[in-house]
Amino acid sequence: MMGRIFSFGLAFFLASVLVLSLLLSLAQPLRASIDIWQFQNPEQQQRYYSLTRELRCPKCDGQSIGDSNAPIANDLRGVIYEQLQSGMNDRQIVDFMVDRYGEFVLYRPRMEGKTLWLWLGPILFALIGFGALAAIIIRSRKRSVSVSAPELDEQERERLNRLLAGEHKRGEE
Amino acid sequence: MKRVLLLLPLILVIGLGALFFRGLSLDDSVPSALISKPFPAFELPALNKAGDEEGQKVTEQVLKGQISLVNVWGSWCPTCYVEHPYLIELARQGVVIFGMNYKDDEIKAQQWLDRLGDPYRTTFIDKKGRLGIDLGVRGAPETFLVDANGLIRYKHEGDLNERVWRNTFAPLIAELKQEMGQ
Repeated sequence: MMGRIFSFGLAFFLASVLVLSLLLSLAQPLRASIDIWQFQNPEQQQRYYSLTRELRCPKCDGQSIGDSNAPIANDLRGVIYEQLQSGMNDRQIVDFMVDRYGEFVLYRPRMEGKTLWLWLGPILFALIGFGALAAIIIRSRKRSVSVSAPELDEQERERLNRLLAGEHKRGEE
Repeated sequence: MKRVLLLLPLILVIGLGALFFRGLSLDDSVPSALISKPFPAFELPALNKAGDEEGQKVTEQVLKGQISLVNVWGSWCPTCYVEHPYLIELARQGVVIFGMNYKDDEIKAQQWLDRLGDPYRTTFIDKKGRLGIDLGVRGAPETFLVDANGLIRYKHEGDLNERVWRNTFAPLIAELKQEMGQ
């Protein structure tokens, strides 16, 4: 009895594997129509993805070459692929693009002369913000100290002593 | 003083608003990275005119010896259709224009010129768009101003019309001619 259930289970498992692998082999051409690049190794594939993610599509401001369906982005993906195959390094490929399309294609602009403000601007603004915050805190703290401990002049001190003394006496009665 | 500080956020917001509003009407074309650089080397087939030899090749050498325009166009491009009559007008005035037929079908390109007129001295065919990439072409139409030494001096994105010609191209060409005179 147990043996029969076991062999039935095994047959069911094998059948499922067969059906699944059949389905997967059917899915193959579908996958191929999305991306047809064949890479020499995973490292090259990784470089392809990071390059297409970091370069901006020249025609469509908000998308990278990898994200865009614009014909120009498609062409540039092909160029990057060919350049990777021909053994160019990342720097050479990025330079190739910048030489043709300008700094515009870099999502991370290089740090130099005219782009310095882009890099330092946020830090500058943060510093100004912290400065303002610090000034406000210091000022309000000074004010609260002066409110809680006002200096008494001679007259006021005398009056205070008198009042305290009077209270003391009343307490004794 | 206090009062001014209270108004500060409002002033900042109005300032930003003005800045963004200006941004809406700014020209979104990107200056070419190839200004003052030689027109990239190429060797491409010519779109045959009647009486031409078959299989003629065009190279960047044709651009040397005169100030010229290189107009990137395709029969698939609606704005090219809009600017075409003005190109014909310019050619009639004696401006040398080369056509770069960009990612197009040869037959359709030929039909386009037969039907609308041909303002180009020569048209070369960049079917795969590789010269387009070397030129940093973002889309059609684009028009390059090339000097007599084959250096790119200016690029215009979008249709070339009388206003663009008067405001940009004409003064640049006058400058180039002066340069050549010296």
